[in-house]
Amino acid sequence: MTGEDRPPLLEATHLTMRFGGVVAVNSVNFRLAEVELRCLIGPNGAGKSTFFKCLTGQYQPSAGTVKFRGRDITGAAPHQIARLGVGIKTQIPNVFNGLDVHENVRLAAARGVKTRRMIDRTIAEVMDRVGIGDLSSRIVGTLAHGQRQLVELAIVLAGEPAIMLLDEPSAGMTNEETARAAAILREINRTTALIVVEHDMQFVKMIAHTITVFHQGAILMEGPVAAVMADPTVRDVYLGRRAA
Amino acid sequence: MAYALVILIEIVRAVAGLVLISTGLMVIFGMMRVINIAHGEFMMLGGYTVVIAGKAGVNPWVSMLVLAPLIVGLFGVVAERLFIRFFYGRMIDTLLATWGLSLFLIGFVTVVFGNTVAGVSVSLGSVQIGGFRVSGYAFFLIAVAAVLLVATYGVLRHTRWGLIARGTMQNANMAAALGVSPSLVYMTTFGIGSALTGLAGALLSPITGVVPTMGIAFVARAFITVIIGGPAIIMGTISAASLLGTVSQLMTFATTPVVGDVALLFVAVVLLRILPQGITGKLFRRSI
Amino acid sequence: MDRSARAGTIATLLIGLLITFGLPAYADPFQVMQMTLYVVLAIFALSLAFIWGVGGILCFGQGVFFGLGGYTFAICAINFGGSTGAFLMALLIPAAVAAALGYFMFYGRLNDVYLGVVTMVFSLIIWKLINSTAGPEWHIGAARLGGFNGIPSIPPLNWPGRPADALDPLQVFQIAMGLLVIVYLAMKLIKGSRYGRVAIAVRENETRAALLGYDVPFVKLVVFTFGGLVAGMAGALYAANQAFIDPNVFSLEMSAKVLVWVMAGGLSTFVGPIIATIGLQYVALFLADHKLMNSQLVLGAILCVLVLSLPNGIIPALQDAAAWLFGRTRLALAGRAPAAARKTAL
Repeated sequence: MTGEDRPPLLEATHLTMRFGGVVAVNSVNFRLAEVELRCLIGPNGAGKSTFFKCLTGQYQPSAGTVKFRGRDITGAAPHQIARLGVGIKTQIPNVFNGLDVHENVRLAAARGVKTRRMIDRTIAEVMDRVGIGDLSSRIVGTLAHGQRQLVELAIVLAGEPAIMLLDEPSAGMTNEETARAAAILREINRTTALIVVEHDMQFVKMIAHTITVFHQGAILMEGPVAAVMADPTVRDVYLGRRAA
Repeated sequence: MAYALVILIEIVRAVAGLVLISTGLMVIFGMMRVINIAHGEFMMLGGYTVVIAGKAGVNPWVSMLVLAPLIVGLFGVVAERLFIRFFYGRMIDTLLATWGLSLFLIGFVTVVFGNTVAGVSVSLGSVQIGGFRVSGYAFFLIAVAAVLLVATYGVLRHTRWGLIARGTMQNANMAAALGVSPSLVYMTTFGIGSALTGLAGALLSPITGVVPTMGIAFVARAFITVIIGGPAIIMGTISAASLLGTVSQLMTFATTPVVGDVALLFVAVVLLRILPQGITGKLFRRSI
Repeated sequence: MDRSARAGTIATLLIGLLITFGLPAYADPFQVMQMTLYVVLAIFALSLAFIWGVGGILCFGQGVFFGLGGYTFAICAINFGGSTGAFLMALLIPAAVAAALGYFMFYGRLNDVYLGVVTMVFSLIIWKLINSTAGPEWHIGAARLGGFNGIPSIPPLNWPGRPADALDPLQVFQIAMGLLVIVYLAMKLIKGSRYGRVAIAVRENETRAALLGYDVPFVKLVVFTFGGLVAGMAGALYAANQAFIDPNVFSLEMSAKVLVWVMAGGLSTFVGPIIATIGLQYVALFLADHKLMNSQLVLGAILCVLVLSLPNGIIPALQDAAAWLFGRTRLALAGRAPAAARKTAL
């Protein structure tokens, strides 16, 4: 079982994003296999969120390509990418604040051709997995930040994606919520690939297998958790000692 | 080539006209993101100030250049304190509220002063160019518009108040932490923007005549200029006014004033489609 | 639709049917014609209430589609001599224009304020153009556009297929009421349907709706086109009922009025704008009859007061009061999540 004959789930080639004179993402090559979990880390301004937005269609890359299961999705609109089976959670939670939790999840589950029973089953399953069943009739705008993050996680799951792209999923969560989120993500990873952009190193340690470190728009290092965490270059970059 | 020169002067006059009616709105919208639909009515109040002052025997130049901005500026401050400041940050509510204010002002002035057109007469003679006569007032308007732009730029860029105002608009909380009262800054900015608008109304009143609905003709064009201009106050006004004024005036010369008006609106709509953030949203981004 | 919402809808429908068949017995022909006008304006208000309340699209020039419907009906009726074809055209043309304008705006990612400005400017363009068509050279077929004079002698509605058989005022009223009921019902059904809920999601958070796979510009386009069609319908009825139309239908004042009616009625219900439209029209009539006050002054004052004190509209405020009397919140009475207040309907 080599996986050589299948195209990688997600592949970015020479991906570049320029804003005027600033090169936020510099010719990045990136590959993700099916059901893989990858964490993207790096100091502020390293380009990980920009790279993320190139993958989700929120930015149109200046150069390079992004392929999903061999299919070119470079610069495609977010809704087209979403329909291919890419679930996206944004840095600032994007949920339907004026609607209740159940409706939020229902809208995600109902996309596409599905019967009422299929939709209801998906909603129940997802809300159970994420553990927000008791919040079902609450208006999302009234929930605490950590709870809204969980709701957004449920929304993404309800779309039954092949891959989930999560931008800082644990931001603003309490320790208890963070542990819960980590458990949920590990459980999701049994069937779904994940790319997680994160700042919280404790959270990263709870879920990561392979880590990609971004620095100044390029990939500095990519490897297993232990190796990356122990690497002196990575530490220097985070502490600002290394210039390039 | 006298004809070409006259056309050029008319184009510059059209641009100057747009600059005059837009600068006040640009100060208010560009700096506070407040869209004042009653903008035309503030101009109308400037015009009526001149008419009333004229009846009281005040020199029309004084009432146009000094009295109108003063009175309308004060009115702006009062309106801001009593009404408009409750809607900051809520753009749609601001739109609706100022729309209400606009209708109210038109109705009020109609009730008090009636519907007939009042005249304001000033004469600056005319200038002979080739076989054509160009009104001296046109040059006056161009001069005032130029002075206005330079003065506004000077205040924003080189005075302490300008710096404070720009800082507050960018980050009110930070400004407050530094000891500036954002509320005071908003009030004075709105007041100054209103004063500029009153000035424009007063200056244009000899041309349009003073009537309760005189503002309506200007509000759309002022808005379009401001929104097409984008976030930079001076550069935005100049670039938008130049583009729109030129197109509109050329079309008017080629066909009729109605087509000229429609051409302006049409260009505006197309520009908004191409540059949704306005001209200075994409070009000249760092300018004032 | 949940139980209490369904009960409310049925109650409204019953009242509507009652009025449709009951009113003519109690009112004289002139009053009936007046009521027809108000019903027509209520349909117009519903068109804005729909695109704003469901789609989150705040259009500052909804009068354009109303006017296009009226003018299309007038021109077609004068040329074809019958009202049926004219009425259908008056649905199609405004819808087509709405589709074109909507395509331009939504696929150009225009939002909020800028959308409001473009719609306002568009209605200004049309207003200016029509206003300047006074000369006899401006005509479409047999119909002179008339410029600021308007188009007089518009043929009335007739029995379909029998152009010479005009409907009498009572029947016109019943047609108008019938259409109001149908439009109301249709809107309620759409709002509760799959498509309606997607539109509401788009209104709530466009980014998230797109990230879920919904085609946001297309959703807004469909909503906006439907609104244009309903406004056009109202315009056609208006032209047929008044037998006259002038460019004032395209004016900013017309668009301002319909905004005020919808705001007063609130965005959370469809019956609210209907009541508000008819109510405010009676207020305006009263003031005009008694020469009490300048209409713009009153309209402006009402708008100011509304925005200041009742950001959600009069009907929701009354619902709040009623709910308070019963010791529950309005949301609990309505039995569902609240429609977004105007602020978040951006």
